Amino acid sequence: MSAEKIMILGVNHKTAPVDIRERLAFSNDPGTPYREIAVIPGCEEFSFLSTCNRVEVLFVSSTPQETERKVRDFLFNKSMSYDEAGKYVYLHQGEAAIQHLFRVGASLDSMIVGEPQILGQLKQAYRDATEQNCTGMILNRLMHKAFSVAKRIRTETEIGSSAVSISYAAVELAKKIFGNLKNKRAMLVGAGEMAELAAQHLMNQGIAEVIVANRTFERAVNLARCFNGKAVSLEELIPQLEQVDIMISSTGSPDIILHSSDVKPLMRQRRNRPLFLIDIAVPRDLDPKLNDLANVYLYGIDDLNNVVDINKAERDKEAVRAERIVTEETLKFMLWLGSMEVTPTIVAIREKADAIRKAELERTLSGMGHLSDKEKQAIEKMTAAMMNKILHHPIVYLKQDDSLKDKKEKLVLIRKFFNLDPDNS
Amino acid sequence: MGYLLFQVTLLAYILSTGGYMVYFWTQRNDIRTTARGVLIAGGLLHTAYIVVRFFEAGHTPLTNHHEAVSFFAWSVTWGYLSFHWRYNVRNFGSFVSPLITILMLIATFSSREIIPLPPALKSAWLPVHASIAIMANGFLGLAFCGGVMYLLQERELKKKRFGLFYTRLPSLEALDNLNNHCLAVGFPLLTLGIITGSIWAKQAWGAYWQWDPKETWSLITWFLYAALLHQRFTVGWRGRRAAIMTIVGFSAAMFTLWGVTYLLEGLHSYVG
Repeated sequence: MSAEKIMILGVNHKTAPVDIRERLAFSNDPGTPYREIAVIPGCEEFSFLSTCNRVEVLFVSSTPQETERKVRDFLFNKSMSYDEAGKYVYLHQGEAAIQHLFRVGASLDSMIVGEPQILGQLKQAYRDATEQNCTGMILNRLMHKAFSVAKRIRTETEIGSSAVSISYAAVELAKKIFGNLKNKRAMLVGAGEMAELAAQHLMNQGIAEVIVANRTFERAVNLARCFNGKAVSLEELIPQLEQVDIMISSTGSPDIILHSSDVKPLMRQRRNRPLFLIDIAVPRDLDPKLNDLANVYLYGIDDLNNVVDINKAERDKEAVRAERIVTEETLKFMLWLGSMEVTPTIVAIREKADAIRKAELERTLSGMGHLSDKEKQAIEKMTAAMMNKILHHPIVYLKQDDSLKDKKEKLVLIRKFFNLDPDNS
Repeated sequence: MGYLLFQVTLLAYILSTGGYMVYFWTQRNDIRTTARGVLIAGGLLHTAYIVVRFFEAGHTPLTNHHEAVSFFAWSVTWGYLSFHWRYNVRNFGSFVSPLITILMLIATFSSREIIPLPPALKSAWLPVHASIAIMANGFLGLAFCGGVMYLLQERELKKKRFGLFYTRLPSLEALDNLNNHCLAVGFPLLTLGIITGSIWAKQAWGAYWQWDPKETWSLITWFLYAALLHQRFTVGWRGRRAAIMTIVGFSAAMFTLWGVTYLLEGLHSYVG
């Protein structure tokens, strides 16, 4: 089977801003992609992955180029021309597509490298696709492989545990202040990639609630939906602070939005519960004097960078190991794809049977030293004839001309029958 | 026999402290397990020593300085181990075990001579009052260690310079809770110690309260901790301020124990 039939088309946090990603998510009717993509001619198998940070279609097609064009038109709902949409998408084919999928599953392509959520989302996407009967032989194996690669990387490298970004550092600090984050609340003020990232990371740590405050309320509502949180307007900032334990600020405001004198009276109402303030805005949003208040911890972008630097070397080393595993597993999958043809399968069956025959023959003959060479040759001939006769019908059955789909199913069956892919999960 | 037990106990505590120090540096869990095992052994030997001493002296062995400080160390050890059962506070042992060793060394260098019990002390209140008062000190000592750890961790978080303590010490909230738990045990014991002492004073000297320096200082200590707990419950005093207060309170408690005995004269002065 040619690997070139496999393609991935998608947008993620690196290629497209959030308002573009939002449009492709089909959050009002999740069934749409399955109905629409299934009818695209040439598309044999596909799955649809949609998260806050990415929307991806993985498909197998006999006419990949044409299918890709149709899928892209569908995703962008014709609101953009094919070329215009090209500015925001990435497209991988064949080996590159396999590698991309493995990287996504292992969270190497995530906003926060190593975050564990993506694997669950990918599994859910696969489950949805199988329920809609959209997957087949290739995707079944490819997706399962992606899950096992992710698992392997998680167990063999430390990618998930070391501090991987500024947001991670913020979470680490929060843990040093609060210990357990389970009953804590976080507030995002303003939007921005880094703030969203930190909020997502806090979510992964099981934080109780995320509140989003923004100048434009609509934007706050949209973002809050991403975190199952609630939206408030920027005017409510100070009263909200009474309930919040962690605040991440990244507004575009040229002035300071929260002064030390605003928070001081609040601390009494908060009964001095610690307040962790993170200011990742440039210019600054939060008054530097806040750090002088008792039980208030203010960290700016530079402070967080210092924390990250401590772990950076370690993280790079782990990422390199993870990428090596991806490359290795991609190669293995390419080998398997190559063998998914009639001829290599026949060769494999014959080799397997012949190996058994030879081993058994040797074992039997070694205990029969009194036989003459002629007699030995006769026995060998007999075993070869038996093998050929037993294998004759399976091979004829395999060679029969069938429709494409039947042929694939036959290959899967026969390969399973003879256990030609022992690691098949 | 008694003295040998004491020496072995001291040795166990020193080894355990050494173990906890190595653990603090290397963070190897096997070392911590060993150090804790040795500490538990020390605690058991120490208990045996106190029992033996009871029979040697013929009365509750809490009447001289050596015995009082040794019992103090015993309270810290078992207080720590009992907390350990319920709360796992990382590296707490590395702060508590040196305190135990220091107390034991002080006990080593004080006279171990068994003095005949003065008539005033011959009462069932002796074991009750003295053991409660000293156990209170034990838990206040644990709170003190928690307070020191809090200040170290808070300092690194505020100054944003992450050194030795940032990764090793638990979260501020955990340390603050620890502080609270230690005080929740230590303060009632302290109160009880003062009340039983007062009842005993009525029996022995005919008056509940005579403003002798030890009484005065224990009352000062009591007020310091009472103020801290009051503020915690009413306005939610916590964190750095609470940590400093536990350290100040423990200093007052230590002054009650030693300062009063050596610097001020009073009715208690024959006791440690």
